[in-house]
Amino acid sequence: MSALDSLALTAIPPEDEALRAPVRAFLAEALRDVPAHIRAKSWSGYDPEFSRKLGQQGWVGITLPKAYGGGARSAFARYVLVEEFLNWGAPVGSHWIADRQSAPLILRYGTEAQKQFYVPPICRGESYFCIGMSEPNAGSDLASVRTRATPNAGGWLLNGQKIWTTNAHHCHYMIALVRTSGTTEDRQKGLSQVIVDLKLPGVTVRPITDLSGDSHFCEVFFDNVQLAPDALIGAEGKGWEQVNAELAFERSGPERLFSSIVLFDQWAAYVRTPAGRTREAERLAGKIVCQLAPLRAMSVAVTEKLTRGESPLVEAALVKDLGTGVEQLIPAAIADDLFSREQHQVPLELLQTLNYVTHVAPSFSLRGGTRDILRGMIARGLGLR
Amino acid sequence: MDDLFSDAARQLLADLSTPDAVRAIEAGGPHQALWQAIEDAGFADALVDEASGGAGLGLSDVFGVLELCGSHGLPVPLGETLLARGLLAATGMARPSGSIVFADADTGITAGVACPLVRNGRVADHVIVARGDVLRLLPTAQANVAPAGFPLDAALQWVDAVWEAAPVVPGTAQALRTLQACVYAAQLSGALMAVFQRTLAYANERQQFGRPIGKFQAIQHQLSVMAEHAFAARMAAQIGCRSSTATPERLNVAIAKARTSEAALEVAGLAHSIHGAIGFTAEFDLQLFTRRLHAWRQAAGSEAYWHDVAGRMLLDSGDALMLDQLRAATDIH
Repeated sequence: MSALDSLALTAIPPEDEALRAPVRAFLAEALRDVPAHIRAKSWSGYDPEFSRKLGQQGWVGITLPKAYGGGARSAFARYVLVEEFLNWGAPVGSHWIADRQSAPLILRYGTEAQKQFYVPPICRGESYFCIGMSEPNAGSDLASVRTRATPNAGGWLLNGQKIWTTNAHHCHYMIALVRTSGTTEDRQKGLSQVIVDLKLPGVTVRPITDLSGDSHFCEVFFDNVQLAPDALIGAEGKGWEQVNAELAFERSGPERLFSSIVLFDQWAAYVRTPAGRTREAERLAGKIVCQLAPLRAMSVAVTEKLTRGESPLVEAALVKDLGTGVEQLIPAAIADDLFSREQHQVPLELLQTLNYVTHVAPSFSLRGGTRDILRGMIARGLGLR
Repeated sequence: MDDLFSDAARQLLADLSTPDAVRAIEAGGPHQALWQAIEDAGFADALVDEASGGAGLGLSDVFGVLELCGSHGLPVPLGETLLARGLLAATGMARPSGSIVFADADTGITAGVACPLVRNGRVADHVIVARGDVLRLLPTAQANVAPAGFPLDAALQWVDAVWEAAPVVPGTAQALRTLQACVYAAQLSGALMAVFQRTLAYANERQQFGRPIGKFQAIQHQLSVMAEHAFAARMAAQIGCRSSTATPERLNVAIAKARTSEAALEVAGLAHSIHGAIGFTAEFDLQLFTRRLHAWRQAAGSEAYWHDVAGRMLLDSGDALMLDQLRAATDIH
């Protein structure tokens, strides 16, 4: 398969790399007093005030055209920004999905009026989006969605239910994959994407508490929600193709490598103390570095493909499956290291960070496509399906 | 330039380093004709500067050739010789004709010089031996040779007079091992890809229960995992060779050798699992490559050896963010 040997070490252009220093200075100041176990939430951390501050800096929608409030920079500029946000544990969850995939999707498929209406507030860090894909009976089998938008005199009448929708209770809009014609037996045919204003009558959002005690995902119910004709985004019946193009952006980014990195750095700081340093800890630190370095290089190389307009779905699936594996190894191996010691006086902040990351780690290989789905996609790329 | 170089090597190795040739040399047959053909083609001087008669390339330019040595299971030490000649040229030393490998001497032995395990020692002409922190270039023709480990390896022993007469090579044992690990990481990358491609082809051919076994989801997922390891290992090996000179960076080599060695174990295991009994036979070619995955994983330090190196470098650095170590290893300018 060509995808396997298609990636070479790729340079981040100097003008994009130059963003790192000012971002770093900003984050060091903004996050000075935020403890590690809070920073560990990273792109699950909700903080609209922080998002607006990033918007003022021009750091939301940085790849989007200037005409819509964006920064007109390359995907590498966003890579540098996001890599810094994740490594510092910045609370970027409010605008994360709007910045990563909703605004690019609207720009790619939307009408001029839709672009003018939705994108500038996203770039200001003020408008937040969620992704309405999963339903109670459509998880990994996404093509079996039942939520339906029926054409009527006013536009579309929306009925159905979405679930596991990240941040829906904090978002202004959902881009939902819905059926606009045919039946569930028609599978990928007859699906479309619609933008739903979550304040409309008939929309009910119910947060679901996760095992860590947080409520970051939701159930969303649609009971005769009247959508305007221009709620449709892109072409009617092309929802499946549009959703798949979105997923290449969703799967290859540094958020698939660095979800546990705040914990790692916190642990490494402890291991650097005389009481914390052991041979076993040195070996573990090296193992993580040696696994992450090639993945970081691969993620940069995939970014280069995105800048050339390619849609490297298989490469992105390979990076995500490997990357989430390291993200899950970090809390498991750090726990083993800390509690294999005869005497341990582990700093409280490190314990709390470990506890949080241990709890949320299962989600790393669920969100954005489970391991089994990704391996199936890789097998298809290998010509086995 | 490097692509032309790799293309020329690809054809030569496909013609000469065939499974039959590999088997014959492993069984003790003559290796000199194969080496001479490679020497005549001029590949071994790629890292030597142009003023000294070489091609003046850097490590990143020869990554493709090192990878091909792995994917063809080349049974003579072109990879080590490439880097050894680069090292000798860089230090202004004369380069002997013939192949060169690297080894550590057993420092517990005081009468003569003994290297209990010389990788490719049986098919090499010279060895750069690190005895403590003194490096010398010794001819295998004057050594006492005994078998060791892999069929191409040897235990070599020289009398003191040969050691004393041999030219000193500037450098350290640590630097020598780093060079050797850089070679084996790139060769592992090639061998990993070869094992993966052979296993993929076999899964598409082999029929059981009325269909190719590659149609079963369990096999598909095993192949996906193999692909992931081969994919990541190849990028790691490129990081190891990320240099415009003949000298690699130690952190980069640690990453390369550790990650390719981890992958070797996983990929070899899955390849044999998918092939079943046929893959375990001498007659079937898979074993030529899976045995090399294990041998090369051991050569120049296993994954744990290089994890220790990378871990100490990270912890001794002042970097509060691990990201800065990752950037140091992977950023190119």
